[in-house]
Amino acid sequence: MKQTIVRNVAELPTFGFGPRSGPWWGAMGFMALEGMGFAIAIGTYLYLYAVNPTWPIGASPPDLWPGTVEAALYLLSIIPNEYTNRVAQRQDLPRVRICLIVMSLIGIVLLVLRGFEFAHLNTRWDNSAYGSVVWLILGLHTTHLATDVGDTVVLAVLMFTHHAKPRRFSDVTDNVFYWNFVVLAWLPLYFLLDWVPRL
Amino acid sequence: MAADDRELRDESLDGLQLSAQLERIWRTPSGLLGALMSVDHKVVGRRYIVTAFAFLLLGGILAMLMRVQLAGPEKTFLSPDKYNQIFTMHGSTMMFLFAVPVMEAFAVYLVPLMVGTRNIAFPRLNAFSFWMFLFGGCFLWISFLLNVGPDVGWFAYVPLSSLQFTPTKRADVWAQMITFTEVAALAVAVEIVVTVFKLRAPGMTLDRIPLFVWAMLVTAFLVMFAMPSIMVASTSLILDRLVNTRFYDSSSGGHPLLWQHLFWFFGHPEVYIIFIPGTGMVSMILATFARRPVIGYPVIILSLIAIGFLSFGLWVHHMFVTGLPQLGAGLFTASSMLIAVPSGLQIFCWLATLWDGRPVYRTPLLFVLGFIAIFVIGGLSGVMVASVPIDTQVHDTYFVVAHFHYVLIGGAVFPLLGAVYYWFPKITGRMLSESVGRWNFWLAFIGFNVAFFPMHILGLIGMPRRVYTYTAEMGWERLNLLSSVGAFIFALSFALLLANVIYSLRKGARAGDNPWNASTLEWATSSPPPPHNFDRIPVVKHRDPLWADSESLPVVAGLSAERREVLLTSLAEAEPQVREASPEPSIWPLLTAIATTVFFIGSIFTPWAVLWGTPPMAITLIGWFWPTGSREDEA
Amino acid sequence: MPVRVRTALVFLATWLLAACSGRQSALDPQGLQSDQIRHTLFIFLIIAAIVWIAVMVVLGIGMLRRKRASNQPLDLDRRFEEGSGRLILGLGIATVIIVLGLSFVSYAGQRTVFAKDENALTLKIIGHQWWWEVHYEADSPHQSFVTANEIRIPTGQPVKVELESADVIHSFWVPSLTGKMDLITGQKNELQFTAKNAGIYRGQCAEFCGLQHAHMAFAVIALPPDEFGRWRDHENQSANSPADPLGKQGEDLFRGRGCALCHNIRGTLAGGQLGPDLTHVGNRTTVAAGTLPLSPATLGAWIADPQHIKPGNLMPRMPLQSDELIAIIHYLEQLK
Repeated sequence: MKQTIVRNVAELPTFGFGPRSGPWWGAMGFMALEGMGFAIAIGTYLYLYAVNPTWPIGASPPDLWPGTVEAALYLLSIIPNEYTNRVAQRQDLPRVRICLIVMSLIGIVLLVLRGFEFAHLNTRWDNSAYGSVVWLILGLHTTHLATDVGDTVVLAVLMFTHHAKPRRFSDVTDNVFYWNFVVLAWLPLYFLLDWVPRL
Repeated sequence: MAADDRELRDESLDGLQLSAQLERIWRTPSGLLGALMSVDHKVVGRRYIVTAFAFLLLGGILAMLMRVQLAGPEKTFLSPDKYNQIFTMHGSTMMFLFAVPVMEAFAVYLVPLMVGTRNIAFPRLNAFSFWMFLFGGCFLWISFLLNVGPDVGWFAYVPLSSLQFTPTKRADVWAQMITFTEVAALAVAVEIVVTVFKLRAPGMTLDRIPLFVWAMLVTAFLVMFAMPSIMVASTSLILDRLVNTRFYDSSSGGHPLLWQHLFWFFGHPEVYIIFIPGTGMVSMILATFARRPVIGYPVIILSLIAIGFLSFGLWVHHMFVTGLPQLGAGLFTASSMLIAVPSGLQIFCWLATLWDGRPVYRTPLLFVLGFIAIFVIGGLSGVMVASVPIDTQVHDTYFVVAHFHYVLIGGAVFPLLGAVYYWFPKITGRMLSESVGRWNFWLAFIGFNVAFFPMHILGLIGMPRRVYTYTAEMGWERLNLLSSVGAFIFALSFALLLANVIYSLRKGARAGDNPWNASTLEWATSSPPPPHNFDRIPVVKHRDPLWADSESLPVVAGLSAERREVLLTSLAEAEPQVREASPEPSIWPLLTAIATTVFFIGSIFTPWAVLWGTPPMAITLIGWFWPTGSREDEA
Repeated sequence: MPVRVRTALVFLATWLLAACSGRQSALDPQGLQSDQIRHTLFIFLIIAAIVWIAVMVVLGIGMLRRKRASNQPLDLDRRFEEGSGRLILGLGIATVIIVLGLSFVSYAGQRTVFAKDENALTLKIIGHQWWWEVHYEADSPHQSFVTANEIRIPTGQPVKVELESADVIHSFWVPSLTGKMDLITGQKNELQFTAKNAGIYRGQCAEFCGLQHAHMAFAVIALPPDEFGRWRDHENQSANSPADPLGKQGEDLFRGRGCALCHNIRGTLAGGQLGPDLTHVGNRTTVAAGTLPLSPATLGAWIADPQHIKPGNLMPRMPLQSDELIAIIHYLEQLK
């Protein structure tokens, strides 16, 4: 077919931040479907809660401190996370490096805490349907946590190599965005796991 | 932030020179390794389509085996054990390995062309998705050939599928096949959403998006919100079987109905995941062969969205006979029937389009007409099964078998066959034979109805589903024999299609860019399209760009001619925003898929696979995302 | 239509539909509930037929009518576009009205079908892979008894069945009397129905329940109330003691060869609980959960090789001499 050039896009940038970039929308899509996964897991918990006359079944509720400490740490981590976002937008490489290291360390601390939380659930996965569903939900969230920590560590290493090109700053902001999702997902799960059995 | 200005841009090249240059940077590398590295949406899409059709062939052979067994009373052609494996494999193959993947496959091939871009969003994820689908399908079928094929139905109800009643690996194979195909489907869904949101050609505002693309967008959202439910379900089933969790164990606080809720919360939208793309194909074919745009473009889009929302509110109609509260069940009757409204609106729009058009009766249109006749029957019998009292009689009988084959074959496979005739010239550069196509259509139409219409009556006169045989005194044998005859006629139509495809690939007439004189962008490029799809990205000024600008296509210039670059545009107005790099071919998606396959299959044998299976996956993923130092990566 | 074609079509239809009004058919209702359901079904069917024919007529006319003159795809007639838009909207509203109307028809039918009667005769039915355990319960334990695979009920009186499962999910379905209801592990469901006419109505498991799902049938025998009362009194009694030597030999063999480990025969030492109760098996109409009609020959074939008739079922094949087999058959037959 014959063609007529009607405009020129040569002056456009070669990467963008947030909704202007493709990967941001990809992260958004995965968050939507993973969020749905959490919603289904919560629904499963509530269904079992509704059909069982006693809850928790044959166990005492989880010890409060690991989940609570995690919740606090998650909320506090938003501050360095948002700072990471800002320095990445400014393409400030030295600060981005420091921030990524900090965020990696926070993630690792949270993973360790998560280990304690499993140990303090006061039930095993094979005790009852209650035990099964709390292990499932905690496992699901831990998978997200571990994935994002892994991603943060890899990005941190990447930013110390010669690949630390401008486009990578957009990847850093997407990682920030995903971390906020991991934090936000934890809050209802924390309430569900630690407080609903005490209602 | 623009890349350095010495870069070679497309405006400094012309015609053949530009074509050749773009082809050089976008083509799939040669050789076997190159083929395994391909991230071209057309290459992956073609593989996806061919693989899905191969599974259709396998699933169809199983259907024929069942029809032989049921052709007469008390036949011993299949043992009960084989029969149960076969009907489970038939359902699982058709739903998870054919219907959903084939629709996504067409989208992988067509959506980037229809929205006027060079590649799908996340091309490596796309390649990964295909490998996962292929490996998952092979895993299921190899298990079946080794006599560990699942035999608990495509719905795998607990407790039948629990370790106690299925102590073999058969139910694990089923559950893990689900995980494979869901990973594949979810990946494609995200790619399609981002492709439609961000990669549309400049000027393709929301109200200029082709209807097939709209349909696939809605489908992609349905996949994203429905499939997590079956992922949770299949994971918990495997955990129950493997590490003794108690999700479905009624003696430890679990409940078998939890499974049914989770399964059908996915399972009902699943029907629309299959059907909505079919409606998109119908709208495209109808516009081209009625020689006018489809009437009610906004009505059709709103209907698609309404169907999407409603489809999440009616899963309970699969559970009317499980003893749920009566009033609740009655409300689900109403919500289930309401979906007839948006479906009906689409039918009315299509009828009006034909009424006003100047129809050209080529094979694709024949299949669309067949679709209308069959699908309306399926929709109406759907209204019947939505009624609680009627459902208590017909549930789990051949009436329901008839109903959903009318919906799925009528609503999805007929449009799909039309789509094969319609887009084959674009994909291969050659036309399918029209005279064979007519035979194909009539055999399919007659065979289908002879095979499935009698099943309505069989269900009403008492024949339940999933029985491997019946006695002569039940009075079901003649209708069953008729149905089997019809099934073989229907199968013959697919044999004709296969022959037509094989013949036409070599001897078919050359297609040219736009053999049907259609209106959408995929017809603006050559057949088959070059690796980069378009020499220059089109600018869209009309809903039917090739009808509105039939002389000369408006295009943009300024994209790189020395590295892979796609144009990102804004969500609503499709204003150009960014020239983003698009990934190069890579072997890592395949390696990641292999690592994931090892992880998935290993984990049905030992929970330790989660430990030793994770590092290879992590390593391959890092390899996938680690920059290679090429210009694409370093922009 | 030429007469010959018409004759051929009529012949074809009768040939295909022969035995359509069988003993297991939703189209041949013999109960209050199945009658109501068929009524609802026919209302839906008529409306569906009208809608489909209307769509096909419009499609046909649309294909045949003279077309507009312009062959430019975008050269559209504004008046037609707007008019058809309004028409489509109107048809959409009509669809809403039809759908809501049908919802009400459906709900009215549902209320009738699921209406409960407090004075219903209550039975408990427990589904097993692949047979039915039936409990007749009464206020006095002396009036309560267990049987299997055959349910006798009085005509004209509401019957309530309480449904449970011993293993996987099954579904209780007697289409001639009413719609189905699942038997779900760990849950109690119930279903009520009333037989209008005396007769034998076949039922069958409708939820896939494993290898022999196809052979999990049963019979509901509706009797006039007084006849039912006599049957019930008789069924409540212990099993007959065999009068002749062959029968006595059969009774001994039944115990000695392991049958009694799984089957219960009230009033004898056979007290197994795994398989169907056989106290009055001689009165039943079928063997192996509705798989074969009961006769000495079928009973013999079943006992001689249960895995041949119903592969995978839980009844093992016992090595028996042919005279031993004859004795057991004779014993079971006289358990009337």
